[in-house]
Amino acid sequence: MSMAFNPARWKPAALLPHEEAHDGALVFVVAVLCFLACATAIFAISADRAAQGWANQLQGSATVIIRTKGSESPDMAASRAAEALAGTPGVAQALVLERAKAEALLEPWLGKDGIIKDLPVPRLVTVELDPSAPASAKALDKALRTAGVDATVDDHSLWMKDIIHAGQIARIAAVSLFALMALAAAAVIAFATRAGLSARHDVVEIMHLTGATDGFIANLFQARFAAMAALAGLLGGGAAALLAAGIRLLGGGYGLIPVLPIGWLDLLVALPSPLIAGLVAAIAARVTALGLIRAMP
Amino acid sequence: MIELADRDQVETIVRFDGVGLRYGRAPETLQDLSIELKAGSFHFLTGPSGAGKSSLLKLIYLAHRPSRGRIELFGQDIGRAKRKDLPFLRRRIGVVFQEMHLLEHLTAFDNVALPMRLSGQKPTTYRTDIAELLQWVGLGTKMHAMPETLSGGERQRLAIARAVVARPEIILADEPTGNLDHEMGQRILKLFTELNRLGTTVLIASHDLDLVASSGMPAFNIESGRLTSPYMDATEDDPADDLGLVASGEPEFIYRRPLTLSQEDSLEDEGP
Repeated sequence: MSMAFNPARWKPAALLPHEEAHDGALVFVVAVLCFLACATAIFAISADRAAQGWANQLQGSATVIIRTKGSESPDMAASRAAEALAGTPGVAQALVLERAKAEALLEPWLGKDGIIKDLPVPRLVTVELDPSAPASAKALDKALRTAGVDATVDDHSLWMKDIIHAGQIARIAAVSLFALMALAAAAVIAFATRAGLSARHDVVEIMHLTGATDGFIANLFQARFAAMAALAGLLGGGAAALLAAGIRLLGGGYGLIPVLPIGWLDLLVALPSPLIAGLVAAIAARVTALGLIRAMP
Repeated sequence: MIELADRDQVETIVRFDGVGLRYGRAPETLQDLSIELKAGSFHFLTGPSGAGKSSLLKLIYLAHRPSRGRIELFGQDIGRAKRKDLPFLRRRIGVVFQEMHLLEHLTAFDNVALPMRLSGQKPTTYRTDIAELLQWVGLGTKMHAMPETLSGGERQRLAIARAVVARPEIILADEPTGNLDHEMGQRILKLFTELNRLGTTVLIASHDLDLVASSGMPAFNIESGRLTSPYMDATEDDPADDLGLVASGEPEFIYRRPLTLSQEDSLEDEGP
């Protein structure tokens, strides 16, 4: 081999040794962290979308419970209420819920037969509000009172607060988890850089004494660990995207977890994973390497 | 001391003024050293093992900082030098480490190329020089060999090739002939002498007094961290002629390549 060596065709070799035993383990650990971070981000987006959807649904409608007065039949009172509400500004549509449907709503608590037939089941009017300028509960109440209908307006504000709150908690939790994963990845990479520098102390020392600048040596470690982390980010992010795609595909239109509807575009969240992992690794490796090199004379 | 004929003004390459070195809380390894190496001089540094020869060299090649006293390198007080300037000072120094410090994951060729790469030189400007130098030190058939496959003597020759390839202004060699047979030892000594004739300052630490005596070069002795003898001046005749190895022929590139790499040629923070 040595006899065939041609100096004219020589290309400089990498100054850092290739493939240390712990490099594979580092790629695995960082890939797992990237997978968890990307999965967290994808599920956070879908949770946020679900919460937003529920809030929009509740915000765009109201339910009016009609109580009959005097000799007026429940159907008549409900019809009058629907008529009064339909003419109110900010209401797109007001429909009387048929008795059968109202009974169906009570069925889970009272059963199918028996006492439900004997009870004065309240009639309901569902109101679809104008999304651009929805009527307030007060306005609906006023319209009903003007029409002389005894009724209670439920604008779902009680539920909406809880749902919006739940959505906010999901968002904060997702961002916190994501930040935690990124910090953990940075800590792992910083630790690995320190271990790498210790393992290659002789190489660093020779380069240092031969005239390499601190920045040059730091660049070597920065490039090495950024490349490893970018690969780990690709593997981890890809695995998270595959998992999310699997959940989306297996469950039909709503996904395997209907409460968390995953959109195809959500998978793009995993796209910057190699870049972010590489960047975090580059910064962690550079800071660590410079700290250790500067301890040398 | 050998003076260069073409140098009108002799400058001091290394100056120690009351220098002491202490490792941790141990007693001082070097004490009250005041020495001066002129540009183009050739000295041996002698003394028994543990006397402090390697420590003195380490102070010059900036592997350690003195505990006290003042060191000037190339006219610059290293105590006041900025950290960013130190690599450029180191590039002007070629070191043959006692432990050789070869990069075990690189081939012989890549090991010798290291100083050139670190100073940002393009491979096309030095690869034939490296090939020539490796040929000259007897490693022509082992350019692509890994250091672990080389014998002790071959490793030492490789370390010497790496130290001289960039034509540094000063060469510091710590027992450079310790693992070499007599003939190769004399050959390497002749290379140092020829480089010195071309302007390189040379300081060789050796406990081989026969080698020092046969070279006819000046020497200073160090014992228990103190200088015990003043400098010996060289004889007026060029002692290299007495070595009887002039006919061996030095690698041609040392005549082509100018002394040391100028800072202007250097690329700081060259990417890996």
